[in-house]
Amino acid sequence: MKKLEKLIIAGAEFHSRLFVGTGKFPSPQVMAEAIEASGSEMVTVALRRVDVNNPEDSTLSALDFSKYRLLPNTSGARNADEAVRLAKLSRAACNTNWIKLEVTPDPNYLLPDGVETLKAAETLLGLGFIVLPYINADPILAKRLEEAGCATVMPLASPIGSNRGLMTRDQIAIIIEQSRVPVVVDAGLGMPSHAAEAIEMGADAVLVNTAIAIAGNPVAMAEAFKLAIEAAEKARLADPAGATVFARPSSPLTGFLR
Amino acid sequence: MSDFFSILTSLNTEQIRRQIEECRVCDVERVLLKGFVDDDELPILFSPAAGLMLEEMARRSAALTLRRFGRVIQLYAPLYLSNECTNRCRYCGFAGDLDIPRMTLTPKRAISEGDILHRQGFRHILLVSGESPRHVSMDYLLEVVRGLSGKFASISIELYPMEKEEYQRLAEAGVDGIALYQETYNQVRYLEVHPPGPKRDFRRRLAAIEKGGEAGFRSLGVGALLGLTNWRLDAFILALHSRYLMRRFWQSRIAASFPRIREAAGHYTPDYPISDADFVQMICAMRLILPDAELVMSTRESAALRDNLIGLGITRMSAGSRTNPGGYGASPESGGQFEVEDSRTPAEVARAIASKGFEPVFKDFDRAFIR
Repeated sequence: MKKLEKLIIAGAEFHSRLFVGTGKFPSPQVMAEAIEASGSEMVTVALRRVDVNNPEDSTLSALDFSKYRLLPNTSGARNADEAVRLAKLSRAACNTNWIKLEVTPDPNYLLPDGVETLKAAETLLGLGFIVLPYINADPILAKRLEEAGCATVMPLASPIGSNRGLMTRDQIAIIIEQSRVPVVVDAGLGMPSHAAEAIEMGADAVLVNTAIAIAGNPVAMAEAFKLAIEAAEKARLADPAGATVFARPSSPLTGFLR
Repeated sequence: MSDFFSILTSLNTEQIRRQIEECRVCDVERVLLKGFVDDDELPILFSPAAGLMLEEMARRSAALTLRRFGRVIQLYAPLYLSNECTNRCRYCGFAGDLDIPRMTLTPKRAISEGDILHRQGFRHILLVSGESPRHVSMDYLLEVVRGLSGKFASISIELYPMEKEEYQRLAEAGVDGIALYQETYNQVRYLEVHPPGPKRDFRRRLAAIEKGGEAGFRSLGVGALLGLTNWRLDAFILALHSRYLMRRFWQSRIAASFPRIREAAGHYTPDYPISDADFVQMICAMRLILPDAELVMSTRESAALRDNLIGLGITRMSAGSRTNPGGYGASPESGGQFEVEDSRTPAEVARAIASKGFEPVFKDFDRAFIR
């Protein structure tokens, strides 16, 4: 199993491996309480949902950004040009050069367009952005984005909002094995056990939104995710026994040879 | 010409009508358990048998809506530019043969109406007019759209059928969505309620939404006016039309609307009224068939019904609407398209949404997408 290392993204250290989104909550107040309960230190906000010129915008004003790093995202962009325009707008208005790059031309399943994502990432990196790209669980694309200079790769576990868990598990395992930048599993994690599974298999962090936001009790669910991720971290530090296809008797037949 | 028109004409509507009527509860159960509705199963959810499973449909529709959209309702406001109209649609308050005060807003006045909506909090607006290119010309529209685009995150249009090149010009000026309702897919009935005038051309109207898709609008709005004919068959074809557009214009979001005819200046009484229970069945069926489509509800419906439908499948609502040109700014001096049933202010509607545990969302788009 991959050794658990400090989570450092573009020079910034994070103590929580849970990043959270701000969409779909019943109110800005519940969102703020849930994010507080999650222990997260990085919060992603869809630029299309916020009025960046309005200091009283309900999403932005509900959160205390002295506690969280703001990670604006380009959700809704259908191609590289749109994503780059949004990112520039975000940098001017939000005073951060961090950007979660999302290019999703299909409004239904919101699956990322790898070609346009790479193109946008290259442009944004050239403009000095810290780029965290949302991608399908494609190991080659992950390497291409890493080589381009992205700060992380963020492969999806299953289609966004589907809460189906690690449907792309085998591909994510390859990405984790090969990656030299932090791997953040993003989208589709529906239960705390899914998030724990991602961390246990070697992911550096996870990003969760829908599963917390639409739960009957978003605050309690946010805490449940926090605890599950902490449990998975402890498990990794505890040097797990690992799985094998062979049985391992506690009194081995060849024990006398030792 | 419209590709959907060829699909429409190939349908054996008599057979589908029978399928809807003869469908059994066990057929409905099978579809609901499967979780995905194949094209040939669409009629099942509009059947009387499905009406007997309404609670089960509602539960599934609510869960699906929650998963895909979250606890939010997006709010928009219509901005009526003109009630001049060369059509004489029997159900419409703008019909050209009605004696109502007519008015076309000057671009300046349209923009000042926009200012009022902006102050009320709206960032998504829908520009509406009757069919009168003489009064609502391309140059006029471009001026209005350019004047409004600095203030609004999203501008959609509900006007009259145009050509692809005209839609492209509007898109370049800042329009991102189109709504163009076919009213009814029953071509015989269509002719009965649309006396001679440009709107009588069924195919031209059906083709226009596809031209909007080709022009690259991000939101394609379709709809049927309920009360003109048997709702079950019309709703089935509306669902089929939506799926067709979704597959062909895969980068656009489909928005479906199903206004029930209300009394307008013409005092038209619907020949096929649809009950609240049937109406809810139709909304739930549309959600199960189109998990990602925006389902839109206007202020034609009562406050009580609208509040009860929050969370059940509807994702976008208008609020505080005035259906006469200039209605937001001054005392009424022009005729309205239909009587508004939910007359609450936008703030009151927003509070009602919040009290249901949902967030009223005024902005869910950004100009940066199109400029």
